[in-house]
Amino acid sequence: MDNTVLQLAKQAILVPTGLQENDIHRVLDQLISGAVDDGDIYIQSSHYESWVLEDGIVKEANHNIEQGAGVRALSGEKTGLAYSDKIELAELLTAAKNVLAIARQGQNAKVAMTPKTGVIKQLYAPLNPLRSLSDQEKVDFLRKIDVETRKIDPRIEQVIISLVGVQEHILIANQGSSLLGDVRPLVRMNVSVIVADKGQREQGSMGGGARSDYNYFFAQDRALGYAQEAVRQALVNLEAIPAPAGSMTVVLGSGWPGILLHEAIGHGLEGDFNRKGTSAFSGRIGERVASSLCTIVDDGTLDNRRGSLSIDDEGTPTQCTTLIENGILKGYMQDRLNARLMGTQSTGNGRRESYAHTPMPRMTNTYMLPGESDPEEILRSVKNGLYAKNFGGGQVDITSGKFVFSASEAYLIENGKITQPVKGATLIGNGPEVLTRVSMVGNDLELDSGVGTCGKEGQSVPVGVGQPTLKIDALTVGGTNV
Amino acid sequence: MQTQKEIKRLEAIIADLLLEAKTQGASQADAGLNVDNGLSVNVRLGEVETIEHHCSQGLGVTVYFGQQKGSASSTDLSPQSIKETVSAACSIARYSSADSFAGLPDPERLATDFKDLDLHHPWELNAEDAITLATRCEDSARHYHSDISNSEGASVDTYSGIRVFGNSLGFLHGYASTRHSISCSVLGERDGNMERDYWYSVARNKDQLEKVEDIGKKAAERTIQRLGAQSLSTRKCPVLYSAETANSLIGSFLGAISGGSLYRKSSFLLDSLDTKVFPEFIRLYEQPHLLGALGSALYDAEGVATQANDIVADGIVKSYLLNSYAARKLGMQSTGHADGIHNLCITPGDKDFAQLLKQMDTGLLVTELMGQGVNPVTGDYSRGASGFWVEQGVIQYPVQEITIAGNLKEMFQQILAVGNDIDYRSNIRTGSILIEEMAIAGK
Ligand SMILES: [Zn+2]
Repeated sequence: MDNTVLQLAKQAILVPTGLQENDIHRVLDQLISGAVDDGDIYIQSSHYESWVLEDGIVKEANHNIEQGAGVRALSGEKTGLAYSDKIELAELLTAAKNVLAIARQGQNAKVAMTPKTGVIKQLYAPLNPLRSLSDQEKVDFLRKIDVETRKIDPRIEQVIISLVGVQEHILIANQGSSLLGDVRPLVRMNVSVIVADKGQREQGSMGGGARSDYNYFFAQDRALGYAQEAVRQALVNLEAIPAPAGSMTVVLGSGWPGILLHEAIGHGLEGDFNRKGTSAFSGRIGERVASSLCTIVDDGTLDNRRGSLSIDDEGTPTQCTTLIENGILKGYMQDRLNARLMGTQSTGNGRRESYAHTPMPRMTNTYMLPGESDPEEILRSVKNGLYAKNFGGGQVDITSGKFVFSASEAYLIENGKITQPVKGATLIGNGPEVLTRVSMVGNDLELDSGVGTCGKEGQSVPVGVGQPTLKIDALTVGGTNV
Repeated sequence: MQTQKEIKRLEAIIADLLLEAKTQGASQADAGLNVDNGLSVNVRLGEVETIEHHCSQGLGVTVYFGQQKGSASSTDLSPQSIKETVSAACSIARYSSADSFAGLPDPERLATDFKDLDLHHPWELNAEDAITLATRCEDSARHYHSDISNSEGASVDTYSGIRVFGNSLGFLHGYASTRHSISCSVLGERDGNMERDYWYSVARNKDQLEKVEDIGKKAAERTIQRLGAQSLSTRKCPVLYSAETANSLIGSFLGAISGGSLYRKSSFLLDSLDTKVFPEFIRLYEQPHLLGALGSALYDAEGVATQANDIVADGIVKSYLLNSYAARKLGMQSTGHADGIHNLCITPGDKDFAQLLKQMDTGLLVTELMGQGVNPVTGDYSRGASGFWVEQGVIQYPVQEITIAGNLKEMFQQILAVGNDIDYRSNIRTGSILIEEMAIAGK
């Protein structure tokens, strides 16, 4: 454990609330003295701010403080959670008493935990994004990007730029290890434009972010890059013709289109669904679920990435978990509860939206490793099909395996060449099938720009995705051109 | 009464907060506060899976220095934290730009009638009783059919909360409300393929919830009906949106006529006021003061009085949905929609669901939608769907892994009928909606 990070987390949480480290241990002792298999205390203090520029002026800004403590007891398959917005000993003791009731519910199967040892690597500096620029500098920065954006093209009608920064301090006390802490910075910026031409209107949007501070957006002219990309997308869509409908060869671009992996494969490989046997991938470890070109990992250890965590929300260090290797299903993503019940170890994927939510197995950064094909060669190999370069969001039904993701920038491929842009369309497929139809994998692995948010059972967490250019021999494209 | 006392206590906090904002130099301010308590229990395969005790609070304040605006929020209601939250909002306001449209609502628009909307019906439910109910619900689903193979469980949730809102124009009001729900989700398996579906009931009063056994049975019935689903070939055909999916069509319409989309010109229904967007038989009207309804409210998030109103009459758009800011930007008046719609109703036709199937004759019945796939600027629409293929008004087989696509502007004009099978479980109360033709993409 990096001592400075733990010290910083203690300072941010314990000093203002007057809670002592001993108090936390007292609550934990009370929790574990009950007939439970596992239990933890998660204390969080988050500072969040957002600045929004619209119509050329910064008209909205918001500052938010969220703090509290969650107490959890686990017994067999049962979870009890209670939380409080007040970080006080009395509240924590009451919460512990409330959740211990879970242990009285039916049988209790005690299984020894093997606590994970090893050095925790800090993947991001304990920065405070909110303080990395003065408020005046934030406003000036947004104004400057607005002016630059509007210069790009006369058809731009509307520019909205948002800047969001968060600093989270976390303390985690659980059975089997000493008090753990983390300081998690997160920044995000987004540029949206509306363009109009000859009575037609279209939108374009691009953003990025990282576990860093606002200086991230100055480096490599990133902010202006978002603006240029948003305008470019909007202008392309002005020219778009109706998208085709039906099953066809689809080439997916690199980077954010990796949301395919998140929806088609990722959720179905989360430990909870597989323990319960509710996923289309349940019980299929060792089976072929993708073409031999596909190797897919979930990697929470990438420096400064939006989906990365030094330790997950249960205190387990994150790792790089191989989900699919050369097309064969290798492993699931686990939190402590599901690992214990499935007789395995947590993979550092136990995440929760906040102290008021129950941890679950969640993805971090999910991506496919690069292959050998040149992206140009992939496009040339397609006689007729769709090239989907960028996407909005997606969704999956983990039980049937059906998933969707919506293209926001796509083109027809005719005789190996990209021709007309087509309107956005939803692509639909079956998770366990779609990757068996991957016939070419590019050598151009790219991770997304740092904008992903994943929702599961009402809880949102930041994630990352990535992939090289991919060719899928048949996928259903939901256009209007029947 | 305990609740009345608690409301008074929270109102005092807001009054103090508004005073603090004035002390710190704000020319105007508004503030809201929520305190919620709840219990959630999930039972899976006859065993308790989770018990969650919810107890959360939060306050938010917006201050104006002239026409500069700043806001801040916190989960800590202590006097010290309130001071800091106000000060954070004030500090931010100094850096935001003056915006001539910013500010509190016009005073004469604020609500003055504080009648009781019958929204508060606490359910004295302990964890043991909640577990019993959830178990009965799940049992009913599991025993419905031998193809029910697994379960995600049944949940019982109960929430009770107080909301207080005030502003520096003298508005200060608090009220209590409750919300209870029971849901169930089970899996079925046939020929190695699994399907899952669910059903839920939600109400402000527990006595208005469906019977737990019926909820379980419906969840199981829906799951069983999906087994053996196949894709369709790509085609054009009529589409019948079931009541629970039709909801999202109306939702897309409401989004397109809301102030934010309009003044940003990010709507496919710009300048649609007094134009015909739907067929003549469509009337959409808002009933914000329905007693005990899920979407009922006396005023919106700015304190502006809500009122019963036609949004669409004879297919023509009669009102946008505006907050004060958007209204000023558009040179109009706030319509009391700072937090969206409050009980949107549609005048149903005289056909029930079975008769709508007959009217469609041959086409697609959609019972579930997947993904976003709606472009709010152009109205282009493409979403994943599952449901049933219908011939001669009779359901033939379940379908999935298809998309349905069109353009909302055209889809609205192509509505052939609205069923009288109204789904009351949301703020938008509609029956099934039959659309003349959409593009279906499949295998
Ligand atoms: Zn997700």
